[in-house]
Amino acid sequence: MAVTGLIFVGYVLAHMYGNLKVFAGQDSFDEYAHHLREFGEPILPYEGFLWIARVVLILAVIGHAYSAFKLWHRAAVARKEKYSARRVAKSTLSSRTMRWGGVTLLAFIVFHILHLTTRTITPGSNSDSPYERLVAGFQPERWWLVLIYLVALVALGMHLRHGVWSACQTLGFTNTAASRRRANLAGISLAVIVAVGFALVPISVLFGIVD
Amino acid sequence: MRLTLKIWRQPNSAAAGELRTYQLDDVSEDTSFLEMLDMLNEQLTGTDEEPVAFDSDCREGICGTCGVMINGQAHGPEVTTTCQLHMRSFSDGDTITIEPWRADAFPVLRDLIVDRGAFDRIIQQGGYISVNTGSAPDAHATAVPKKNADRAFDVATCIGCGACVAACPNGSASLFLGAKITHLGELPQGQAERDTRVVNMVAQHDHEGFGGCTNIGECTAACPKEIPLDVISQLNKDLRTAMRHGL
Ligand code: HEM
Ligand code: SF4
Ligand code: FES
Repeated sequence: MAVTGLIFVGYVLAHMYGNLKVFAGQDSFDEYAHHLREFGEPILPYEGFLWIARVVLILAVIGHAYSAFKLWHRAAVARKEKYSARRVAKSTLSSRTMRWGGVTLLAFIVFHILHLTTRTITPGSNSDSPYERLVAGFQPERWWLVLIYLVALVALGMHLRHGVWSACQTLGFTNTAASRRRANLAGISLAVIVAVGFALVPISVLFGIVD
Repeated sequence: MRLTLKIWRQPNSAAAGELRTYQLDDVSEDTSFLEMLDMLNEQLTGTDEEPVAFDSDCREGICGTCGVMINGQAHGPEVTTTCQLHMRSFSDGDTITIEPWRADAFPVLRDLIVDRGAFDRIIQQGGYISVNTGSAPDAHATAVPKKNADRAFDVATCIGCGACVAACPNGSASLFLGAKITHLGELPQGQAERDTRVVNMVAQHDHEGFGGCTNIGECTAACPKEIPLDVISQLNKDLRTAMRHGL
Protein backbone atom coordinates (compact mmCIF):
# COMPACT_ATOMS: atom_id res chain seq x y z
CA MET A 1 0.00 0.00 0.00
CA ALA A 2 2.67 2.48 1.09
CA VAL A 3 5.21 1.61 -1.60
CA THR A 4 2.73 1.67 -4.48
CA GLY A 5 1.23 4.86 -3.04
CA LEU A 6 4.64 6.53 -3.04
CA ILE A 7 5.13 5.52 -6.70
CA PHE A 8 1.92 7.45 -7.43
CA VAL A 9 3.21 10.42 -5.46
CA GLY A 10 6.37 10.55 -7.61
CA TYR A 11 4.32 10.15 -10.77
CA VAL A 12 1.79 12.80 -9.78
CA LEU A 13 4.56 15.34 -9.08
CA ALA A 14 6.20 14.65 -12.46
CA HIS A 15 2.84 14.85 -14.24
CA MET A 16 2.05 18.15 -12.54
CA TYR A 17 5.40 19.59 -13.58
CA GLY A 18 4.64 18.63 -17.19
CA ASN A 19 1.16 20.17 -17.04
CA LEU A 20 2.51 23.48 -15.77
CA LYS A 21 4.43 23.79 -19.07
CA VAL A 22 1.07 24.97 -20.41
CA PHE A 23 2.02 28.38 -19.03
CA ALA A 24 5.17 28.41 -21.21
CA GLY A 25 3.03 28.28 -24.35
CA GLN A 26 1.85 25.78 -26.95
CA ASP A 27 5.28 24.96 -28.39
CA SER A 28 6.81 24.24 -25.03
CA PHE A 29 3.90 22.03 -23.95
CA ASP A 30 3.64 20.05 -27.18
CA GLU A 31 7.42 19.71 -27.35
CA TYR A 32 7.41 18.27 -23.82
CA ALA A 33 4.73 15.72 -24.73
CA HIS A 34 6.67 14.78 -27.84
CA HIS A 35 9.92 14.58 -25.94
CA LEU A 36 8.42 12.13 -23.45
CA ARG A 37 8.00 9.74 -26.36
CA GLU A 38 11.60 10.11 -27.52
CA PHE A 39 13.07 10.04 -24.02
CA GLY A 40 15.94 7.56 -23.72
CA GLU A 41 16.42 7.08 -27.47
CA PRO A 42 18.34 5.45 -29.00
CA ILE A 43 18.91 3.09 -26.06
CA LEU A 44 15.13 2.76 -25.68
CA PRO A 45 12.79 2.48 -28.66
CA TYR A 46 10.28 5.27 -29.49
CA GLU A 47 7.79 5.54 -26.61
CA GLY A 48 9.94 3.01 -24.72
CA PHE A 49 10.29 5.13 -21.60
CA LEU A 50 6.58 5.92 -21.67
CA TRP A 51 5.66 2.27 -21.79
CA ILE A 52 8.00 1.39 -18.94
CA ALA A 53 6.33 4.09 -16.87
CA ARG A 54 2.88 2.84 -17.91
CA VAL A 55 3.66 -0.74 -16.96
CA VAL A 56 5.05 0.32 -13.58
CA LEU A 57 1.97 2.47 -12.92
CA ILE A 58 -0.47 -0.25 -13.97
CA LEU A 59 1.27 -2.77 -11.70
CA ALA A 60 1.21 -0.19 -8.91
CA VAL A 61 -2.52 0.44 -9.39
CA ILE A 62 -3.21 -3.30 -9.32
CA GLY A 63 -1.12 -3.79 -6.17
CA HIS A 64 -2.57 -0.72 -4.49
CA ALA A 65 -6.19 -1.57 -5.29
CA TYR A 66 -5.69 -5.22 -4.33
CA SER A 67 -4.33 -4.27 -0.89
CA ALA A 68 -7.05 -1.63 -0.49
CA PHE A 69 -9.88 -4.05 -1.18
CA LYS A 70 -8.26 -6.65 1.05
CA LEU A 71 -8.11 -4.16 3.95
CA TRP A 72 -11.67 -3.14 3.18
CA HIS A 73 -12.82 -6.74 3.36
CA ARG A 74 -10.89 -7.44 6.57
CA ALA A 75 -12.51 -4.40 8.19
CA ALA A 76 -15.96 -5.53 7.06
CA VAL A 77 -15.59 -9.00 8.60
CA ALA A 78 -13.84 -7.72 11.74
CA ARG A 79 -17.05 -5.97 12.86
CA LYS A 80 -20.19 -7.49 11.41
CA GLU A 81 -22.51 -6.20 14.14
CA LYS A 82 -22.36 -2.39 13.87
CA TYR A 83 -22.75 0.16 16.66
CA SER A 84 -26.14 1.81 16.86
CA ALA A 85 -24.51 4.99 18.22
CA ARG A 86 -21.12 6.08 16.92
CA ARG A 87 -19.21 9.29 17.53
CA VAL A 88 -16.00 10.14 15.71
CA ALA A 89 -13.35 11.43 18.11
CA LYS A 90 -10.48 12.97 16.21
CA SER A 91 -9.78 11.21 12.93
CA THR A 92 -9.59 13.39 9.81
CA LEU A 93 -12.25 13.35 7.12
CA SER A 94 -9.49 12.37 4.68
CA SER A 95 -8.66 9.25 6.68
CA ARG A 96 -12.28 8.15 6.70
CA THR A 97 -12.81 8.67 2.98
CA MET A 98 -9.76 6.76 1.69
CA ARG A 99 -11.81 3.91 0.28
CA TRP A 100 -14.57 5.69 -1.59
CA GLY A 101 -12.09 8.46 -2.43
CA GLY A 102 -9.77 5.84 -3.94
CA VAL A 103 -12.61 4.38 -5.99
CA THR A 104 -13.48 7.91 -7.18
CA LEU A 105 -9.86 8.40 -8.24
CA LEU A 106 -9.84 5.10 -10.11
CA ALA A 107 -12.99 6.10 -12.00
CA PHE A 108 -11.44 9.47 -12.76
CA ILE A 109 -8.19 7.92 -14.00
CA VAL A 110 -10.16 5.77 -16.46
CA PHE A 111 -12.08 8.83 -17.65
CA HIS A 112 -8.90 10.89 -17.90
CA ILE A 113 -7.13 8.27 -20.03
CA LEU A 114 -10.16 7.99 -22.32
CA HIS A 115 -10.11 11.77 -22.62
CA LEU A 116 -6.51 12.82 -23.15
CA THR A 117 -4.58 9.61 -23.86
CA THR A 118 -6.70 7.35 -26.06
CA ARG A 119 -8.84 10.29 -27.28
CA THR A 120 -11.99 8.17 -27.08
CA ILE A 121 -13.86 11.08 -25.54
CA THR A 122 -13.04 14.34 -27.31
CA PRO A 123 -14.79 17.28 -25.73
CA GLY A 124 -13.96 20.37 -27.78
CA SER A 125 -11.25 19.16 -30.10
CA ASN A 126 -9.43 16.07 -31.35
CA SER A 127 -6.39 17.96 -32.59
CA ASP A 128 -2.99 16.23 -32.74
CA SER A 129 -1.65 18.98 -30.52
CA PRO A 130 -2.15 18.02 -26.84
CA TYR A 131 -2.18 21.75 -26.04
CA GLU A 132 -5.12 22.41 -28.36
CA ARG A 133 -7.09 19.44 -27.03
CA LEU A 134 -6.58 20.67 -23.51
CA VAL A 135 -7.45 24.32 -24.15
CA ALA A 136 -10.49 23.47 -26.28
CA GLY A 137 -11.73 21.08 -23.58
CA PHE A 138 -11.71 23.46 -20.63
CA GLN A 139 -13.61 26.31 -22.31
CA PRO A 140 -16.43 27.89 -20.23
CA GLU A 141 -19.18 26.21 -22.27
CA ARG A 142 -17.75 22.88 -21.05
CA TRP A 143 -17.76 23.88 -17.37
CA TRP A 144 -18.82 20.35 -16.47
CA LEU A 145 -15.47 19.03 -17.68
CA VAL A 146 -13.65 21.54 -15.48
CA LEU A 147 -15.89 20.47 -12.62
CA ILE A 148 -15.04 16.77 -13.09
CA TYR A 149 -11.34 17.61 -12.99
CA LEU A 150 -11.67 19.84 -9.94
CA VAL A 151 -13.71 17.27 -8.00
CA ALA A 152 -11.08 14.64 -8.82
CA LEU A 153 -8.35 16.98 -7.57
CA VAL A 154 -10.14 17.52 -4.26
CA ALA A 155 -10.37 13.72 -3.97
CA LEU A 156 -6.67 13.42 -4.85
CA GLY A 157 -5.70 16.08 -2.32
CA MET A 158 -7.63 14.33 0.43
CA HIS A 159 -6.22 10.93 -0.54
CA LEU A 160 -2.69 12.31 -0.39
CA ARG A 161 -3.28 14.16 2.88
CA HIS A 162 -3.95 10.93 4.71
CA GLY A 163 -1.97 8.68 2.36
CA VAL A 164 1.39 10.38 2.85
CA TRP A 165 1.05 10.38 6.63
CA SER A 166 -0.20 6.80 6.61
CA ALA A 167 2.66 5.65 4.39
CA CYS A 168 5.16 7.17 6.86
CA GLN A 169 3.49 5.20 9.66
CA THR A 170 3.44 2.02 7.61
CA LEU A 171 7.12 2.38 6.75
CA GLY A 172 7.99 2.92 10.41
CA PHE A 173 9.31 6.49 10.06
CA THR A 174 7.17 8.08 12.77
CA ASN A 175 8.44 6.83 16.10
CA THR A 176 8.34 10.15 17.96
CA ALA A 177 5.75 12.88 18.44
CA ALA A 178 7.89 15.29 16.39
CA SER A 179 8.22 12.92 13.45
CA ARG A 180 4.47 12.30 13.53
CA ARG A 181 3.89 16.03 13.26
CA ARG A 182 6.32 16.24 10.34
CA ALA A 183 4.60 13.35 8.53
CA ASN A 184 1.23 15.05 8.94
CA LEU A 185 2.68 18.31 7.71
CA ALA A 186 4.20 16.55 4.70
CA GLY A 187 0.78 15.09 3.91
CA ILE A 188 -0.97 18.44 4.11
CA SER A 189 1.73 20.26 2.09
CA LEU A 190 1.85 17.68 -0.65
CA ALA A 191 -1.95 17.58 -0.85
CA VAL A 192 -2.15 21.36 -1.27
CA ILE A 193 0.77 21.58 -3.73
CA VAL A 194 -0.56 18.79 -5.94
CA ALA A 195 -4.23 19.82 -5.87
CA VAL A 196 -3.46 23.50 -6.52
CA GLY A 197 -0.69 22.76 -9.04
CA PHE A 198 -2.98 20.61 -11.17
CA ALA A 199 -6.02 22.86 -10.72
CA LEU A 200 -4.16 25.92 -12.03
CA VAL A 201 -4.30 24.54 -15.57
CA PRO A 202 -8.06 23.98 -16.09
CA ILE A 203 -8.87 27.12 -14.08
CA SER A 204 -6.49 29.27 -16.16
CA VAL A 205 -8.07 27.97 -19.35
CA LEU A 206 -11.57 28.52 -17.98
CA PHE A 207 -10.77 32.16 -17.24
CA GLY A 208 -8.97 32.71 -20.53
CA ILE A 209 -5.53 33.21 -18.94
CA VAL A 210 -4.27 30.41 -21.18
CA ASP A 211 -5.69 30.26 -24.71
CA MET B 1 -30.53 13.65 37.66
CA ARG B 2 -32.94 11.67 35.53
CA LEU B 3 -31.54 9.52 32.74
CA THR B 4 -32.87 7.50 29.86
CA LEU B 5 -30.63 4.48 29.31
CA LYS B 6 -30.59 2.45 26.12
CA ILE B 7 -28.71 -0.71 26.94
CA TRP B 8 -27.76 -3.69 24.82
CA ARG B 9 -29.40 -6.83 26.19
CA GLN B 10 -28.31 -10.22 24.92
CA PRO B 11 -28.78 -13.39 27.03
CA ASN B 12 -25.78 -15.27 25.54
CA SER B 13 -23.45 -15.44 22.53
CA ALA B 14 -25.83 -17.51 20.48
CA ALA B 15 -28.95 -15.44 21.07
CA ALA B 16 -29.83 -12.24 19.24
CA GLY B 17 -29.61 -9.01 21.20
CA GLU B 18 -31.45 -5.70 21.21
CA LEU B 19 -31.30 -2.25 22.77
CA ARG B 20 -33.74 -1.85 25.62
CA THR B 21 -34.73 1.45 27.22
CA TYR B 22 -34.79 2.14 30.97
CA GLN B 23 -35.49 5.20 33.11
CA LEU B 24 -33.29 5.90 36.10
CA ASP B 25 -34.01 8.68 38.62
CA ASP B 26 -32.05 10.40 41.39
CA VAL B 27 -28.60 9.74 40.01
CA SER B 28 -26.05 11.92 41.79
CA GLU B 29 -23.26 13.64 39.85
CA ASP B 30 -20.74 12.02 42.17
CA THR B 31 -21.85 8.52 41.23
CA SER B 32 -19.44 6.63 39.04
CA PHE B 33 -20.72 5.20 35.79
CA LEU B 34 -20.57 1.63 37.08
CA GLU B 35 -22.32 2.60 40.33
CA MET B 36 -25.05 4.09 38.17
CA LEU B 37 -25.38 0.68 36.47
CA ASP B 38 -25.43 -0.93 39.93
CA MET B 39 -28.36 1.37 40.82
CA LEU B 40 -30.16 0.33 37.66
CA ASN B 41 -29.59 -3.33 38.50
CA GLU B 42 -31.11 -2.88 41.95
CA GLN B 43 -34.13 -1.34 40.28
CA LEU B 44 -34.31 -4.23 37.80
CA THR B 45 -34.04 -6.82 40.57
CA GLY B 46 -37.15 -5.25 42.10
CA THR B 47 -39.01 -5.94 38.87
CA ASP B 48 -38.95 -9.23 37.02
CA GLU B 49 -36.04 -8.33 34.78
CA GLU B 50 -32.55 -9.86 34.80
CA PRO B 51 -29.88 -7.36 35.90
CA VAL B 52 -27.57 -5.97 33.21
CA ALA B 53 -24.34 -7.98 33.04
CA PHE B 54 -21.18 -5.87 32.80
CA ASP B 55 -17.53 -6.49 33.58
CA SER B 56 -15.48 -4.76 36.25
CA ASP B 57 -12.77 -5.59 38.70
CA CYS B 58 -10.49 -2.96 40.23
CA ARG B 59 -12.82 0.00 39.64
CA GLU B 60 -9.77 2.22 39.90
CA GLY B 61 -8.68 2.36 36.26
CA ILE B 62 -5.76 -0.07 36.37
CA CYS B 63 -7.00 -3.51 35.40
CA GLY B 64 -8.73 -2.97 32.06
CA THR B 65 -11.69 -5.24 32.83
CA CYS B 66 -14.45 -2.65 32.49
CA GLY B 67 -15.09 -0.90 29.22
CA VAL B 68 -18.26 -0.32 27.26
CA MET B 69 -19.28 1.87 24.38
CA ILE B 70 -21.04 4.95 25.78
CA ASN B 71 -22.91 7.12 23.26
CA GLY B 72 -20.62 5.82 20.53
CA GLN B 73 -17.39 6.49 22.42
CA ALA B 74 -15.24 3.79 23.97
CA HIS B 75 -15.17 4.39 27.77
CA GLY B 76 -17.39 7.45 27.20
CA PRO B 77 -16.59 11.13 26.79
CA GLU B 78 -13.52 11.44 29.06
CA VAL B 79 -9.99 10.10 28.62
CA THR B 80 -10.33 7.43 31.29
CA THR B 81 -11.73 3.99 31.91
CA THR B 82 -15.48 3.38 32.26
CA CYS B 83 -15.04 2.72 36.01
CA GLN B 84 -13.35 6.10 36.48
CA LEU B 85 -16.02 7.95 34.54
CA HIS B 86 -18.44 9.91 36.72
CA MET B 87 -21.98 11.03 36.10
CA ARG B 88 -20.90 14.69 36.25
CA SER B 89 -19.84 14.16 32.64
CA PHE B 90 -23.55 13.88 31.78
CA SER B 91 -26.54 16.16 32.30
CA ASP B 92 -30.03 15.78 33.64
CA GLY B 93 -32.38 14.45 30.98
CA ASP B 94 -29.63 12.83 28.89
CA THR B 95 -30.20 9.69 26.89
CA ILE B 96 -27.20 7.37 27.18
CA THR B 97 -26.70 4.49 24.75
CA ILE B 98 -24.57 1.70 26.19
CA GLU B 99 -23.28 -1.09 23.97
CA PRO B 100 -20.60 -3.76 24.26
CA TRP B 101 -17.31 -3.52 22.32
CA ARG B 102 -18.14 -4.53 18.78
CA ALA B 103 -15.58 -6.80 17.14
CA ASP B 104 -16.02 -10.31 15.86
CA ALA B 105 -12.78 -11.22 17.67
CA PHE B 106 -14.49 -10.10 20.92
CA PRO B 107 -17.74 -12.11 20.93
CA VAL B 108 -20.46 -10.90 23.29
CA LEU B 109 -20.88 -13.32 26.18
CA ARG B 110 -23.83 -11.57 27.74
CA ASP B 111 -25.25 -8.02 27.61
CA LEU B 112 -22.20 -5.74 27.88
CA ILE B 113 -19.61 -8.44 28.56
CA VAL B 114 -17.34 -9.52 25.73
CA ASP B 115 -14.73 -12.29 25.60
CA ARG B 116 -11.30 -10.69 25.21
CA GLY B 117 -9.48 -14.02 25.14
CA ALA B 118 -8.09 -13.00 21.75
CA PHE B 119 -5.79 -10.53 23.56
CA ASP B 120 -4.52 -13.30 25.86
CA ARG B 121 -3.75 -15.50 22.88
CA ILE B 122 -1.85 -12.64 21.22
CA ILE B 123 0.20 -12.16 24.43
CA GLN B 124 0.89 -15.90 24.53
CA GLN B 125 2.54 -15.57 21.12
CA GLY B 126 5.32 -13.33 22.45
CA GLY B 127 4.11 -10.62 24.81
CA TYR B 128 6.62 -11.77 27.42
CA ILE B 129 10.35 -12.34 27.97
CA SER B 130 11.89 -15.69 28.81
CA VAL B 131 14.04 -15.70 31.97
CA ASN B 132 15.27 -18.37 34.30
CA THR B 133 13.48 -18.14 37.60
CA GLY B 134 15.46 -17.88 40.81
CA SER B 135 16.20 -15.02 43.11
CA ALA B 136 15.30 -11.67 41.62
CA PRO B 137 18.30 -9.85 40.10
CA ASP B 138 19.26 -6.46 41.50
CA ALA B 139 17.15 -3.72 39.99
CA HIS B 140 20.25 -2.01 38.60
CA ALA B 141 21.90 -5.20 37.33
CA THR B 142 21.10 -4.27 33.74
CA ALA B 143 21.46 -0.57 32.96
CA VAL B 144 18.67 0.92 30.81
CA PRO B 145 19.15 4.38 29.28
CA LYS B 146 16.57 6.84 30.63
CA LYS B 147 15.10 7.57 27.21
CA ASN B 148 14.33 3.89 26.58
CA ALA B 149 13.10 3.32 30.12
CA ASP B 150 10.71 6.28 29.83
CA ARG B 151 9.23 5.10 26.56
CA ALA B 152 8.91 1.53 27.82
CA PHE B 153 7.15 2.74 30.98
CA ASP B 154 4.82 5.04 29.07
CA VAL B 155 3.54 2.27 26.82
CA ALA B 156 3.63 -0.39 29.53
CA THR B 157 0.63 1.43 30.98
CA CYS B 158 -1.59 -0.36 28.43
CA ILE B 159 -4.14 -2.30 30.46
CA GLY B 160 -5.45 -4.42 27.60
CA CYS B 161 -8.94 -3.01 27.88
CA GLY B 162 -9.71 -3.27 24.17
CA ALA B 163 -11.01 0.28 23.72
CA CYS B 164 -8.64 0.73 20.76
CA VAL B 165 -10.29 -2.18 18.95
CA ALA B 166 -13.75 -0.92 19.87
CA ALA B 167 -13.03 2.56 18.52
CA CYS B 168 -11.15 1.51 15.37
CA PRO B 169 -13.26 1.72 12.18
CA ASN B 170 -11.24 -1.25 10.92
CA GLY B 171 -11.62 -3.27 14.13
CA SER B 172 -7.83 -3.51 14.36
CA ALA B 173 -5.88 -4.17 17.57
CA SER B 174 -2.72 -2.47 16.29
CA LEU B 175 -2.48 0.02 19.16
CA PHE B 176 -2.56 -2.76 21.75
CA LEU B 177 -0.09 -4.78 19.68
CA GLY B 178 2.17 -1.77 19.18
CA ALA B 179 2.13 -0.97 22.91
CA LYS B 180 3.35 -4.47 23.78
CA ILE B 181 5.96 -4.56 21.00
CA THR B 182 7.33 -1.13 21.95
CA HIS B 183 7.31 -1.83 25.69
CA LEU B 184 9.47 -4.97 25.40
CA GLY B 185 11.47 -3.72 22.40
CA GLU B 186 12.80 -0.71 24.33
CA LEU B 187 14.30 -2.87 27.08
CA PRO B 188 17.50 -4.95 26.99
CA GLN B 189 15.59 -7.98 28.30
CA GLY B 190 13.26 -7.84 25.31
CA GLN B 191 15.93 -8.10 22.62
CA ALA B 192 16.48 -11.87 22.44
CA GLU B 193 12.92 -12.56 21.31
CA ARG B 194 12.33 -9.28 19.49
CA ASP B 195 12.01 -10.64 15.94
CA THR B 196 9.96 -13.74 16.70
CA ARG B 197 7.76 -11.72 19.06
CA VAL B 198 6.54 -9.27 16.44
CA VAL B 199 6.09 -11.88 13.71
CA ASN B 200 4.14 -14.29 15.92
CA MET B 201 2.02 -11.66 17.65
CA VAL B 202 1.02 -10.06 14.33
CA ALA B 203 0.19 -13.49 12.89
CA GLN B 204 -2.01 -14.26 15.91
CA HIS B 205 -3.65 -10.82 15.65
CA ASP B 206 -4.60 -11.48 12.02
CA HIS B 207 -5.65 -15.04 12.80
CA GLU B 208 -8.05 -13.81 15.50
CA GLY B 209 -9.87 -11.80 12.84
CA PHE B 210 -8.89 -8.25 13.84
CA GLY B 211 -8.84 -5.80 10.93
CA GLY B 212 -5.83 -4.15 9.31
CA CYS B 213 -4.62 -0.73 10.48
CA THR B 214 -4.99 2.24 8.13
CA ASN B 215 -3.62 4.81 10.62
CA ILE B 216 -6.91 6.61 11.20
CA GLY B 217 -6.11 7.35 14.85
CA GLU B 218 -9.47 6.75 16.57
CA CYS B 219 -7.72 4.18 18.81
CA THR B 220 -5.38 6.63 20.49
CA ALA B 221 -8.24 9.09 21.09
CA ALA B 222 -10.18 6.34 22.88
CA CYS B 223 -7.25 4.88 24.85
CA PRO B 224 -7.63 5.59 28.57
CA LYS B 225 -3.83 5.40 28.91
CA GLU B 226 -3.14 7.75 25.98
CA ILE B 227 -0.89 5.27 24.16
CA PRO B 228 0.41 7.32 21.21
CA LEU B 229 0.15 6.32 17.54
CA ASP B 230 3.91 6.04 17.19
CA VAL B 231 3.76 2.55 18.72
CA ILE B 232 2.11 1.44 15.48
CA SER B 233 4.99 2.89 13.50
CA GLN B 234 7.36 1.04 15.83
CA LEU B 235 5.38 -2.15 15.27
CA ASN B 236 5.75 -1.78 11.51
CA LYS B 237 9.43 -0.99 11.84
CA ASP B 238 10.08 -4.04 14.01
CA LEU B 239 8.11 -6.21 11.60
CA ARG B 240 10.18 -4.95 8.67
CA THR B 241 13.42 -5.54 10.58
CA ALA B 242 12.32 -9.09 11.42
CA MET B 243 11.48 -9.76 7.78
CA ARG B 244 14.88 -8.44 6.74
CA HIS B 245 16.39 -10.92 9.20
CA GLY B 246 14.59 -13.63 7.24
CA LEU B 247 11.63 -14.36 9.53
C1 HEM C 1 -6.96 2.82 -7.82
C2 HEM C 1 -7.61 3.72 -7.11
C3 HEM C 1 -7.25 3.84 -5.67
C4 HEM C 1 -7.83 3.19 -4.60
C5 HEM C 1 -9.00 2.21 -4.65
C6 HEM C 1 -7.10 3.62 -3.44
C7 HEM C 1 -7.39 3.23 -2.15
C8 HEM C 1 -6.53 3.42 -1.08
C9 HEM C 1 -6.74 2.91 0.22
C10 HEM C 1 -7.96 2.11 0.66
C11 HEM C 1 -5.65 3.25 0.96
C12 HEM C 1 -5.23 2.80 2.34
C13 HEM C 1 -6.02 2.96 3.43
C14 HEM C 1 -5.64 4.08 4.36
O1 HEM C 1 -4.43 4.36 4.57
O2 HEM C 1 -6.60 4.65 4.90
C15 HEM C 1 -4.78 4.02 0.15
C16 HEM C 1 -3.57 4.53 0.59
C17 HEM C 1 -2.74 5.35 -0.16
N1 HEM C 1 -3.01 5.82 -1.43
FE1 HEM C 1 -4.53 5.16 -2.62
N2 HEM C 1 -6.11 4.48 -3.79
C18 HEM C 1 -6.17 4.67 -5.16
C19 HEM C 1 -5.38 5.53 -5.92
C20 HEM C 1 -4.31 6.29 -5.43
C21 HEM C 1 -3.61 7.30 -6.18
C22 HEM C 1 -3.96 7.74 -7.60
C23 HEM C 1 -2.60 7.76 -5.36
C24 HEM C 1 -1.56 8.80 -5.57
C25 HEM C 1 -1.67 9.78 -6.40
C26 HEM C 1 -2.69 7.07 -4.11
C27 HEM C 1 -1.82 7.26 -3.04
C28 HEM C 1 -1.93 6.61 -1.83
C29 HEM C 1 -0.94 6.62 -0.77
C30 HEM C 1 0.40 7.35 -0.77
C31 HEM C 1 -1.46 5.81 0.27
C32 HEM C 1 -0.80 5.48 1.62
C33 HEM C 1 -0.33 4.11 1.77
C34 HEM C 1 -0.31 3.63 3.20
O3 HEM C 1 -1.35 3.64 3.89
O4 HEM C 1 0.74 3.19 3.65
N3 HEM C 1 -3.74 6.18 -4.17
N4 HEM C 1 -5.33 4.11 -1.09
S1 SF4 D 1 -3.73 0.45 23.88
FE1 SF4 D 1 -5.06 1.68 25.25
S2 SF4 D 1 -7.13 1.24 24.46
FE2 SF4 D 1 -5.82 -0.37 23.61
S3 SF4 D 1 -5.94 -2.06 25.09
FE3 SF4 D 1 -4.16 -0.81 25.73
S4 SF4 D 1 -4.99 0.63 27.25
FE4 SF4 D 1 -6.77 -0.23 26.17
S1 FES E 1 -12.57 -1.99 36.47
FE1 FES E 1 -10.37 -2.04 36.37
S2 FES E 1 -9.97 -0.52 34.90
FE2 FES E 1 -12.11 -0.33 35.15
